[in-house]
Amino acid sequence: MTEASTAKPIPVTVLTGYLGAGKTTLLNRILSENHGRKYAVIVNEFGEIGIDNDLIVESDEEIYEMNNGCVCCTVRGDLIRVVEGLMRRPGRFDGIIVETTGLADPVPVAQTFFMDDDVRAKTELDAVVALVDAKHLPLRLKDSREAEDQIAFADVVLLNKTDLVTPEELAKVEATVRVINPTARIHRTERSEIDLTKVLDQGAFNLERALENDPHFLDQDDHDHDHDHACGPDCNHDHHHHDHDHHGHDHHHHDHGPSPIHDVTVQSVSLRGGEMNPDRFFPWIQKITQTEGPNILRLKGIIAFKGDEERYVVQGVHMIIEGDHQRPWKDGEKRESRLVFIGRELDREKLERTFKACEAAPAEAAAH
Amino acid sequence: MPTVAPLDLEGHVAGVAFLGDVPFFAESSGLIHRLDHGHKTVEAHEGLLSCVRDDATDTLLTGGEDGKVLRVKADGTTTEIASVPRKWISQVAAGPQGSVGYAYGKTAHVRLADGSVKDFTEERTVEGIAFAPKGMRIALARYNGVSLHWVAMAGQPTDLEWKGAHTGVTFSPDGRFVVTTMQENALHGWKLDTKPGAETRHMRMTGYPAKVKSTSWSAKGKWLASSGAPAAIVWPFQAKDGPMGKAPLELGTRANIMVTQVSCHPVEEIVAIGYADGMILVVRFADSKEVLLRRPGKGAITAMAWSKNGAQLAFGSEAGDCGVVDITA
Repeated sequence: MTEASTAKPIPVTVLTGYLGAGKTTLLNRILSENHGRKYAVIVNEFGEIGIDNDLIVESDEEIYEMNNGCVCCTVRGDLIRVVEGLMRRPGRFDGIIVETTGLADPVPVAQTFFMDDDVRAKTELDAVVALVDAKHLPLRLKDSREAEDQIAFADVVLLNKTDLVTPEELAKVEATVRVINPTARIHRTERSEIDLTKVLDQGAFNLERALENDPHFLDQDDHDHDHDHACGPDCNHDHHHHDHDHHGHDHHHHDHGPSPIHDVTVQSVSLRGGEMNPDRFFPWIQKITQTEGPNILRLKGIIAFKGDEERYVVQGVHMIIEGDHQRPWKDGEKRESRLVFIGRELDREKLERTFKACEAAPAEAAAH
Repeated sequence: MPTVAPLDLEGHVAGVAFLGDVPFFAESSGLIHRLDHGHKTVEAHEGLLSCVRDDATDTLLTGGEDGKVLRVKADGTTTEIASVPRKWISQVAAGPQGSVGYAYGKTAHVRLADGSVKDFTEERTVEGIAFAPKGMRIALARYNGVSLHWVAMAGQPTDLEWKGAHTGVTFSPDGRFVVTTMQENALHGWKLDTKPGAETRHMRMTGYPAKVKSTSWSAKGKWLASSGAPAAIVWPFQAKDGPMGKAPLELGTRANIMVTQVSCHPVEEIVAIGYADGMILVVRFADSKEVLLRRPGKGAITAMAWSKNGAQLAFGSEAGDCGVVDITA
């Protein structure tokens, strides 16, 4: 490898969303608001970006399959080239924004920032932001898998055009988004109007930050119904089911098989366990991501290893997985392991069973 | 002992070349500097992406973020070859008789000396262009291989297929081989002089720890030097079948400092090797003997070029510290 650059990596924000969902409006806000930061923007078409910005680069989507026999190992060749060009003169901007087409698969875009050594050395994927048209999402989900993928893959979802739907419709759409992606931060917006601190500089792929400041992240079991979550008629929340275990108010509402919501094919599996044996956990997660990688869109987790004073965080995209120690466990913090998979055709029973099998044996735990 | 005349510039240097005896340094910012009885500067592009020397006319050809393709003469004057608003021109190539190749998106263009332009459209993005040493023929690197087109004829191209993303292309000086750099850590080669109907001869040149970004043919094309490892990897091309079944030379090996640029001498069988820390060695193929040309500097070497007689080597880095080394002094 070339010598690692000591300069701070440039953050990259990926904007996804169906045609007409409000990506360009959001982009124009980012470029015109007075936040004192400059962004280089990579777009597929100049379209209607009304802002005079020297650093808008048009780039033709160019998908590379990697020559390793893995069908999900895809990257965007055009981004490799453009990012390399931009990074030759890094003083010009503070961040990069990649706007994808309405039908784009967000996965190769994200994987570019993990799989290409040169890109990875100089940039850092900050977050994938999906814009969702509250009015038209139900229709989109009927006719396209891309709309669902974009939501499933996102770290931040802007539920946009809320002024065009009734409160009931909005609640229903939000519940659908939540089913597709239990870990994303959802914000309701009109005309893409949002405090940009909720979109930029999210650190969603940063192992140190990703799992720290997010009430939703991995906590969907203890769903706190923030941001005025109201359940619509089709909501599958089982409000009358209370698990009287040590978690008290445990809905388990996103944990029930493929979603009953029509037209949703993405599912999530949330796993929860005690302290893990690293000698079992690492081979297990390697094997799962190797064999199930094509079905896994995202995975995120916090793992408690027996005898380890620090939290271990993992995250993955398809077959790419990375993990690191994050910070010491706090006093009184429950040392448990949590892992969320978002994907398709996930074998919930098998995942739960094999995850449990990675727990440190009681005898081992007692010895601690 | 070699002597170094330094030139400190602001930023990333994308290309260097000699026009006549004058060294040129093309910065990514778009400024082109030359040392011609003092330091002179031309504002050529709003962002420069590519810079090659046109041996036929002793000029530079450059492509930019401003969508322009320019020809730069030894006196610093520029002429516009093409202008494509809002497109990045990251590929330019010099052809015979003043012809110029450039590409953006899926189409490569060849502008002939009379001003006419021929277009060659591929199914995927054109990532590299090279002119054959003889005849008006171009090679276009693209996903899953290379397309060879005769510029004057509208016929079907010859397709050289190999799965994967090919990011750059070069002909051997004798025209017998085509070699690509790839997105994966490898070079791929095709032997062109096989008998009609015979099986395509592939050369897989793999084992690099990093992507290969710089290649250079030695005098008379006997060797192909390459970056992408903590040594210059030099493949033998003297034999009829090129490097097939042969191990490459590994020259200028360093423990953990990657080679970022290679440039073979125009006459002697030696190669200048530039490293990620700014150091430059020159190494002889025959006995691997090394001579230090420059100590480590501020950044990785990004460009090197020999003067025509091979007495001087110009270099530039990602941090802007450039210079000229005289090896005869």
